[in-house]
Amino acid sequence: MISNKEAISTLAKVGKRLDGRGLLDYRQPIQLETNISWTAEGSAKVQIGETVVMAGVKLAIEKPYNDTSDQGGIMINAELLPLSSPEYESGPPGIKAVELARVTDRGIREAKAIDMKKLCITPGEKAWFVIIDIVTINDAGNLFDAASLAALTALKAARFPEVDPETGAINYKKKTDQPLPILKEPLAVTVYKINGQLLVDPTTQEEHAYDARLTIASDEKGTISAMQKGGEMPLTIEEVGKMVDIALEKAKFLRTEVDKAVKGN
Amino acid sequence: MAYTERVDGRKFDELRPMEAKAGVIPNADGSALVKAGKTTAYAAVYGPRELFPRFKQNPKTGIVRCHYGMMPFSGSGERIRPGNSRRSQEIAMVIEKSLNAMIDLSAFPNAVVDIYVDLPQTDAGTRCAAISAASIALADAGIPMKDMISSVAVGEVDGTVVADLCYDEEAYDAIVSDIPVAMTHNTKEITLLQMDGEISKEDLMKALEMASVATDKVYELQMKALKDKFAVRLEK
Repeated sequence: MISNKEAISTLAKVGKRLDGRGLLDYRQPIQLETNISWTAEGSAKVQIGETVVMAGVKLAIEKPYNDTSDQGGIMINAELLPLSSPEYESGPPGIKAVELARVTDRGIREAKAIDMKKLCITPGEKAWFVIIDIVTINDAGNLFDAASLAALTALKAARFPEVDPETGAINYKKKTDQPLPILKEPLAVTVYKINGQLLVDPTTQEEHAYDARLTIASDEKGTISAMQKGGEMPLTIEEVGKMVDIALEKAKFLRTEVDKAVKGN
Repeated sequence: MAYTERVDGRKFDELRPMEAKAGVIPNADGSALVKAGKTTAYAAVYGPRELFPRFKQNPKTGIVRCHYGMMPFSGSGERIRPGNSRRSQEIAMVIEKSLNAMIDLSAFPNAVVDIYVDLPQTDAGTRCAAISAASIALADAGIPMKDMISSVAVGEVDGTVVADLCYDEEAYDAIVSDIPVAMTHNTKEITLLQMDGEISKEDLMKALEMASVATDKVYELQMKALKDKFAVRLEK
């Protein structure tokens, strides 16, 4: 693929981008759709420009971990499907998928977004485990933000399945109207540094041209729950401060999109 | 005790509500989405492109590789572990064979055409939706094809021959047979045929006749999907 690295870098210096957007503009359309999979307990499809990502929540009853015997658990997995980009190959998840899954996981886990104690059914014996799978349909850049949006939206749309009171077996074909015990709503925003300028929502081409990036997950009160720096170049403390400001503001904007999608649910 | 009314109220030869769209994945050279009832299949085609590892290259013709995957949340029961299973490998293989006969890659020696099919939700008939979607995606990618391939399952539920079984029919508490079929359009030849369950030869022939008519309906939708996409391009 033609990366246009030099053009992107030169344009960034004067505050411009190849596709004509402002540095802090997300691509349009931003579209969130819930319940795209009847087989998942909760699901969402997120579109940012040409990037399309899906997330599905499955719930299972398992034995709690020994060190948290009164709590349930969450797990987040990401699949960069070869269907979604010529750059991806079949096989076990590579480092890009692992990082995407772990950064999305930390944003939600460390914010204590889900009340883990409420997921417990019988301490030491049975608890609900929440498994979120993120899959890419078309990777046109900015998977971190899209994955986080999809994961939160799918969590908010999820409903517990029915459980047979006698056998304790889950009837996945019947959902109750009970949502997950969500305490906070963290969203990740990734800010990129290209040639000294800060910008959000990169295209694939811009992702081939950046110097450094910082993903910042924050909840509706502006509390930061996870960060991940990436890229080959360093960041100053001042830059980190600016990046956090941008991330907090953009998270507010993205949160209104989540609320719109889940309200219509 | 005979199966006189279908679980979802359809006529015996009626397909589930079906939707097809071409060009849904901008990164791919060709792509499609097929919904058949509550089964959804995305297909993407990449290529012809260089094939690695090199020893797999064929200097006489390009080759087709097919990949099939159910997304981890797409099963009606527990989460499905990501990655290949014996089932997904076999399905990928039969899909590949069902399409291969109609694809001509002799102009692309040493190259590969990759077909990826992934499903976000399933309610039986996944390999048929996969083939129908892949066929649209191949045409969308401009891959030389001799004919369009359309696929649908037929079968017999408690003595009644039906088209496009849903999961509740496959799991019906009686003698059931499930026969996924793919057919070419012009020559009406069968490129996919599998069967499990129990059926007599007489009813099998009836079922295949039903498949012949049913795949025509799928074909209409596939062609409409392609026309919809390219008509939009002309207007621009």
